[in-house]
Amino acid sequence: MNSKLLIAAVAASMAVAGVASAQSIDTIQGRGELICGVSGGLAGFSAPDDSGRMQGVDADYCYGLAAALLGPNARVRFVNLTAKERFEALASGEIDVLSRNTTHTLTRDASLGLNFTYYNFIDGQAFLVYKKLGVKSALELDGARICVQSGTTTEANMADYFRTNNMSYEQIAYDTSPDTTQGFENNYCDALSSDTSQLASIRSELANPSDAVILPEVISKEPLGPVVRQGDDEYFNLAKWVLFAMLNAEELGITKANVDQHRSDSGADPAIKRLVGTEGGMCKLISDKLDDACLYNVIKTVGNYGESYEKHVGANTPLGIAREGTPNALWSKGGLLYAPPLR
Amino acid sequence: MAESKHPDAAAIPWWRRPKPRSYMFQAAVVAATFYALYVLTSNVIANLRDRSIKTSFDFLNETATFAIPLNFFPFWDFTLGESVYWDVFIIGIQNTMLVMLLGIPSATILGLVLGVTRLSPNFLLRNIALGFVEIFRNTPLLLQLLFWHFAFFPPIYNSLPAVRESILMGGAVFNSAGIYLPSPVLTSAAGWALAATLLVAATGIWWLRRYAHLRRMATGQGLPVFSYGLGILVAALALFAWIFSDQITVDLPAKRGLNYSGGMRPTKEIISLWFGLTIYTAVYISENVRGGILSVSPGQSEAGMALGLGRIMRMKLVVLPQALRVIIPPTISQYLNLTKNSSLAVAVGYPDITNIWLGIALNQTGQALIIVFMTIVVYETINALTSLATNLYNRSVQIKER
Repeated sequence: MNSKLLIAAVAASMAVAGVASAQSIDTIQGRGELICGVSGGLAGFSAPDDSGRMQGVDADYCYGLAAALLGPNARVRFVNLTAKERFEALASGEIDVLSRNTTHTLTRDASLGLNFTYYNFIDGQAFLVYKKLGVKSALELDGARICVQSGTTTEANMADYFRTNNMSYEQIAYDTSPDTTQGFENNYCDALSSDTSQLASIRSELANPSDAVILPEVISKEPLGPVVRQGDDEYFNLAKWVLFAMLNAEELGITKANVDQHRSDSGADPAIKRLVGTEGGMCKLISDKLDDACLYNVIKTVGNYGESYEKHVGANTPLGIAREGTPNALWSKGGLLYAPPLR
Repeated sequence: MAESKHPDAAAIPWWRRPKPRSYMFQAAVVAATFYALYVLTSNVIANLRDRSIKTSFDFLNETATFAIPLNFFPFWDFTLGESVYWDVFIIGIQNTMLVMLLGIPSATILGLVLGVTRLSPNFLLRNIALGFVEIFRNTPLLLQLLFWHFAFFPPIYNSLPAVRESILMGGAVFNSAGIYLPSPVLTSAAGWALAATLLVAATGIWWLRRYAHLRRMATGQGLPVFSYGLGILVAALALFAWIFSDQITVDLPAKRGLNYSGGMRPTKEIISLWFGLTIYTAVYISENVRGGILSVSPGQSEAGMALGLGRIMRMKLVVLPQALRVIIPPTISQYLNLTKNSSLAVAVGYPDITNIWLGIALNQTGQALIIVFMTIVVYETINALTSLATNLYNRSVQIKER
């Protein structure tokens, strides 16, 4: 792992040919496949299913972006990255897009040469403990040993929270999410701290999920979303609008199942026509290298945001994160997800 | 015109004379090196600028935004909210060196024992050692570390009572969360005095050994150097404790929140890492030891037998001194490997420099170039020093030709 990190860091800073130049769309179309950096081991976000196909809301974004660039069900090559490797992998050009439950922060935005698109999951950090510890609130965690995955915003949030509440703790940092879970299961720590969605995913994979409980306190804001390199605005715009299209499609009631019907309906609502590419030439506005049906291809391949959510992390999945009343509901239903108008 | 057999030196053009030529080539090499460095540096700067990555050393003085676990040996301590990234760097070095200083002696001793055992005349011992060596030499270290940390040790720890029912024993605390020992706390004056006391005791023991050697040469009578030396050490420490008794306090572990804190604490992480590195390195050293012993002609051992020396004395006085010059050079490499392998610490959550500096600090600050560079310098320096020290020792055990 470390040698990979090193090579990526050195390559990022020494490569003679600039990879950040404004050619991402050409490069990806020439290659015929999108290379997407994901976690690869986080159920509900990006994890392979029984047939080896990557599944999850983060993976769906990659399928969507590939469809917009290359047509429906285009090829996507997934690269599994640890939290530590991810930014160097993107900066060095090893991947085209990073869709790995990555939190948007000022430091990352300003100093790493990255552009955050929008959010496909709005999360917050919390604590997972075993019921037998007898702790009901995060404020009772004074002196606790806490396992975290190294290379995330988790460490800093936790330090702030414990300092604010004048409590002490001991942090034990592991490299990967499975190791962190093992540390928790083997009593190397009293609590495991991570984003709520991850905790739900980890809890669902414990030997006995009902032994553990997620404490109610949410100690941070974690807006997670896809990231691209700086310096290619055309590609950045496309990356944003793929996500916005999925959200707008949900608002307009366009689903994977009925998108064809909308496309062939000449009397459809103009807003729908613009999305499915029968009016307005939206895709050509983003880039003239794109097909007019680029956003249609997204919906045709992965469906709208709501479909993707319910399929991978919603109430009827092992993660069981009900969407209603959370920030991940659409703005029109009391949530925070608000896509700009597609016009 | 008759050709001259020895051409006049002055007649050869200056660029073909050996001295100017060698200067010219050296100058060319120096120029090429500087040019390569220049290209590399300007490339790095240009690429960082193109990618809008901001690089500066300023972050070293910023407050570190995360906690580092309690140290077993807090030479340089960490306070959340006060310590800066520079402290994180120092603590990373400290933790890496700690595991190296613990691991090298234990791997050496275990390696020596295993190597000698593999040549034992006892069938059972010999083959147990063989099996041990083969198992641990043929599997990757990462796998072994994960095995020790997540499969071997947890049942042992978890058989201890929970925190609420901790075993309290003379100030020490044992529970499933860890082992907490009372630790002596010295004032800084007492600390220096202790160092001075140890230095005096060491000098005394060195003189004792020298005297014993001279006496043996002169009269043929030996001295029990080991017990006398131990006596000197104990007496010196007792004297120190008596004089400075008012400057030594004891820090006892006490319950704070969910767990105990304070005192001295061999953390579970360092135990797993130390255990894993010791065994992995020891099996390689044992092969060096075995090869070294086999390189000594059996006639030497037989000569020792003829003098009436027992097996252990033969090994100690005749075989090992000659085997050392074969054993040491490859063993130096194993010491260096141990230090480098300690970078797998993150697998067991131990806060070594790779984990907290190259991992957490890099992610919090995004200063990849500087942090990677500083980490390389640290490993390079530690290993160069290890190499230097062991090479000096190696020189002292080589055959001195007269």
